[in-house]
Amino acid sequence: MNIFNMAYEYRNFFLSGLQYTLLLAVLGVFFGFVLGIAIALLRMSKWWLVRFIATAWVEFLRGTPMLVQLFLIHYGLATFGIEFTAMESGAITLSINSSAYLAEIFRAGIQGVDRGQVEAARSLGMRQGMTMRFIVLPQALKSVLPAIGNEFITIIKESSIVSFIGVMDLMFQSRSVSTITYDGFTPLVIIAFMYFVMTFTLSKLLGRLERRLNTDDRG
Amino acid sequence: MIEVRNLQKHFGKLEILKGIDLEVQKGEVVVVIGPSGSGKSTFLRCLNLLEEPTGGDISFEGQSITAKKHDINITREKMGMVFQQFNLFPHKTVLQNITLAPVKVKKIQTSEAEKIAMELLRTVGLEDKKDAYPSQLSGGQKQRIAIARALAMQPHVMLFDEPTSALDPEMVGEVLEVMKKLAEDGMTMIIVTHEMGFAREVGDRILFMDGGVIVEQGTPAEVFGNPQNIRTQDFLSKVL
Repeated sequence: MNIFNMAYEYRNFFLSGLQYTLLLAVLGVFFGFVLGIAIALLRMSKWWLVRFIATAWVEFLRGTPMLVQLFLIHYGLATFGIEFTAMESGAITLSINSSAYLAEIFRAGIQGVDRGQVEAARSLGMRQGMTMRFIVLPQALKSVLPAIGNEFITIIKESSIVSFIGVMDLMFQSRSVSTITYDGFTPLVIIAFMYFVMTFTLSKLLGRLERRLNTDDRG
Repeated sequence: MIEVRNLQKHFGKLEILKGIDLEVQKGEVVVVIGPSGSGKSTFLRCLNLLEEPTGGDISFEGQSITAKKHDINITREKMGMVFQQFNLFPHKTVLQNITLAPVKVKKIQTSEAEKIAMELLRTVGLEDKKDAYPSQLSGGQKQRIAIARALAMQPHVMLFDEPTSALDPEMVGEVLEVMKKLAEDGMTMIIVTHEMGFAREVGDRILFMDGGVIVEQGTPAEVFGNPQNIRTQDFLSKVL
């Protein structure tokens, strides 16, 4: 069977897999982003205990395989009676894992903002939180946008590991199609192409966003 | 208006300020001069607690701002500051730079803040730049906007930290002109500068700092015309 016929014939498999993959990627990006900013701020807290916990979070999640994290959350926690559906476990793992990487990116961005910016804002009577929100974070996010884009692309690709715990994402569906057709090659090529379209589109969109922000100001 | 008593600042073992006493009256223009490393910028930055003093006391309008329970943010609303490096917000337009703090901190209406901002832009002669971003401005224009931004909070005193030191020579004049106008309008100002001509012309009082202390102070005529201290004489002979 040629690749186009297969893609067409088993379109329901691939499209339903695509839905799960996209949903996971969106959840992972969103919660990873929010959580990542929170962790980055906690890492710069004035209380050492808070800093320690945030640092431990980052080091643990960066220093252990995501597959192990996924199994810990899905199977490990279940032994203590904390049970998640496969989809929930997948979304949680992707979110916390990317939060660690994003936190490091945000921290670099925040620390890269010129000290004078903070001083100017504070000298105008702006409080610390306000200064962070209106002055530091917007500039920090802009400067680390390419790195954030990389992390988003990683999340899309890495989401494929959730097939291990039975989430019916693209990876899972390609194996289903392989089983039915006895073809171990073509379904993989099809989903590889689908992953590529997603990541390529994202990187183009981010590139456009970057250029638009750059025409606003170059300071 | 401002009272400083025995102000000290150490960075670790390094003593930057070794006990400064100063009183500034409302409407007074105080110019601080002295060699690099004499502690004059640190002194200025202590006045709004951008640097935390390690000893002594600072009062502003009768209130100790160095007291533990004092909320410095309230005081900073009334103390404008202008920096050597301008520190405009690069991601905001000129108008947004000026209106941000009045809207967010003082909670005044955006339309009202913009009206004030436009008046200030007229004062500094840059109304046509209201929609520009800082990166599109020259150094002198940036500094005039920075002054307008500080004035938008309607401060009771303005602190200037070497406002012309980062400027190309041909742009120094336009900034000093704005500051001169401000002084003539009765603004209380404390200015750290290397512009001796300006200090002499606009200052009500000159402070000469060296080695973390005020070595000599007086009217411009006294300090420039007849310096008493040998260190003042030495410094002035080098810069004049």
